[in-house]
Amino acid sequence: MAYTLFSIGDYYQIMANFATTNLGGAHVARFIGQRIIYMIITLFLIATISFVLMKLLPGSPLANADKLTEAQQEVIFEKYGLNDPIPVQYVNYLGGLVQGDLGISFKYDNRPVSDILSDRIGPSAQLGIQALIIGTVAGILLGLVSAIYHNGITDYLSTIIAVLGTSIPSFVFAGLLQFFVAVKWGILPVATWNGFEYSILPTIALAIFPMATCARFMRTEMIEVLNEDYITTARAKGLAGSAIIFKHGIRNALIPLITILGPLAVGLLTGTLVIEQIFSVPGIGEQFVTSVTSNDFPIIMGTTMFFAVVFIVMILIIDILYGLIDPRIRLSGKD
Amino acid sequence: MKKDNILEVNDLKVSFKTHSGEVQAVRGVSFDLKKGETLAIVGESGSGKSVTTKALMGLLPQPHGFVKEGSILFDDKDITKLKEKNMQAIRGKEMAMIFQDPMTSLNPTMKVGTQIMEGLLKHQNLGKEEAKIKAIELMNLVQIPNPESRMKQYPHQFSGGMRQRVVIAMALACNPRVLIADEPTTALDVTIQAQILELMKDIQKKVDTSIIFITHDLGVVANVADRVAVMYAGKIVEIGTVDEVFYNPKHPYTWGLLGSMPTLESDEEELFAIPGTPPDLIAPPKGDAFAARNKFALEIDFVEQPPMFKVSDTHYAATWLLHEDAPKVEPPESVKKRIESMDHSEEATR
Repeated sequence: MAYTLFSIGDYYQIMANFATTNLGGAHVARFIGQRIIYMIITLFLIATISFVLMKLLPGSPLANADKLTEAQQEVIFEKYGLNDPIPVQYVNYLGGLVQGDLGISFKYDNRPVSDILSDRIGPSAQLGIQALIIGTVAGILLGLVSAIYHNGITDYLSTIIAVLGTSIPSFVFAGLLQFFVAVKWGILPVATWNGFEYSILPTIALAIFPMATCARFMRTEMIEVLNEDYITTARAKGLAGSAIIFKHGIRNALIPLITILGPLAVGLLTGTLVIEQIFSVPGIGEQFVTSVTSNDFPIIMGTTMFFAVVFIVMILIIDILYGLIDPRIRLSGKD
Repeated sequence: MKKDNILEVNDLKVSFKTHSGEVQAVRGVSFDLKKGETLAIVGESGSGKSVTTKALMGLLPQPHGFVKEGSILFDDKDITKLKEKNMQAIRGKEMAMIFQDPMTSLNPTMKVGTQIMEGLLKHQNLGKEEAKIKAIELMNLVQIPNPESRMKQYPHQFSGGMRQRVVIAMALACNPRVLIADEPTTALDVTIQAQILELMKDIQKKVDTSIIFITHDLGVVANVADRVAVMYAGKIVEIGTVDEVFYNPKHPYTWGLLGSMPTLESDEEELFAIPGTPPDLIAPPKGDAFAARNKFALEIDFVEQPPMFKVSDTHYAATWLLHEDAPKVEPPESVKKRIESMDHSEEATR
């Protein structure tokens, strides 16, 4: 997968540079401009590398290649431009990409890739957003409770949940959920996509990893924050325990949590590939897996580019969140 | 409680539970704080001075620290027996604290004004607007320029000295009757130290509050305090007015402290270093804790802890040297010289 190509560090470096200087509106505009240029470069690199990797895939896009004569295959290859030298194919592809044309699927006759993606984006987006919200909120609460009652029974329980959640892969949970909740107890549907109740099990399966990661992280951060001097200062003012935790604790503990939201978002994106397959959710992830097995090049490329854009936008949002929560990194800091 | 006392600490013992055993950080401390006075508590690191004040505020680190014995009388109530809820009503309102390191004692993600207003909103029944006005007044009191705009800023936009002013403003918010300053200048640059000390003295005149000033800097003591208590290994070894303790010290440990203080005149003579290290407070020695480092130690020092001997109505010291049967011992020459030179420099500055 090409997602790991991008360096989050680069972005934070820029952020840090900006944080140390006083910024007016012009600086903010320049910052955003710079970010957009970086985004374009990143997308170009992703397009190039995934194109090369895709060309290295074994097999042919023809489902029944052995039944076709050489001449028939030649005709089909010619039609889709697969006989051109690879550099030519690459330039053609990039040319299309710049004009917003993702190409036409090999498998689904003459359907543009963008149509197929937009058909399938709904279920994926719903799953991803539900899982992200449930995972982070539940994880933060769980971590908070463990930190406040730390070394108590609640803490041990939530630590166990967190360790299980991070160490067991989501497809195992998916299988377990399908077996117990759907097959054995018959509470919720096993698979497919016909309404909200169909989204519950895949959402849970997908949310477990972010939840466990957030819980572990939040616990450590909160315990650390509660030992900070400014918490003693707050106690010395006579504030009640709850006021100290909510007004002084949570916000400071959340700042480092934002750094792991990026990797978590990647986890969700890649997680959807597996989870959608297991639950037969007609989403982009499932489409992606199918198209890789059938060498449907335009769809593989289109989906990769789509994921890349989603991820880049997520990182931008995370940076903005950072500024909102931590005044020390605020862009428009006036002195 | 005596009439002009605001606080009475009686035989206070504070311990910490650790894996290697119970650390007896404070081992029977008694003192009182009079209305309007400044009492300095001096001593080296680990002598129990900070722990004593944390116990006064009910801020001992939980769950390891606890008051083992003794009482702290405030308003005729023993506040060591108070529930957390009732203690919250005293903290920040009746007793407030200024902390050592202004770089860490302010919340980095909360506006400075909000942090000052918090105590006001909690204790004074003020509306938000009134609290804001009071916060601006406080910032003026601690001489922070442009308080209206500075209020809306975050701690990272303040210098160390300015932050400490914010911490002081926070502590003064509800006109506390007791103000505890835990080494308020230790973490600051020397020039800023002087400014903050000036500010504290200034406030002392304007605000009617009693101050407990913790420090290991004897120069600071001479500057701000009325009385001084010298702590060693969890006990007060000498207590008296600043003049008594500085010019007529009785405890060998106080001699050591005075002798080890560098002065401008001290370039010729060597600094007097106290040999050895403080005792292990998990298993404190049977007799006088200072005996092992004390070249004037008597045999009885290793057997029995000395009681507080009275030197004058206000001056007490815990050393067997003051017993009527003890040999007459004079402070070492270098310490005597030091005391004399302090005397001169005092006169020079007057």
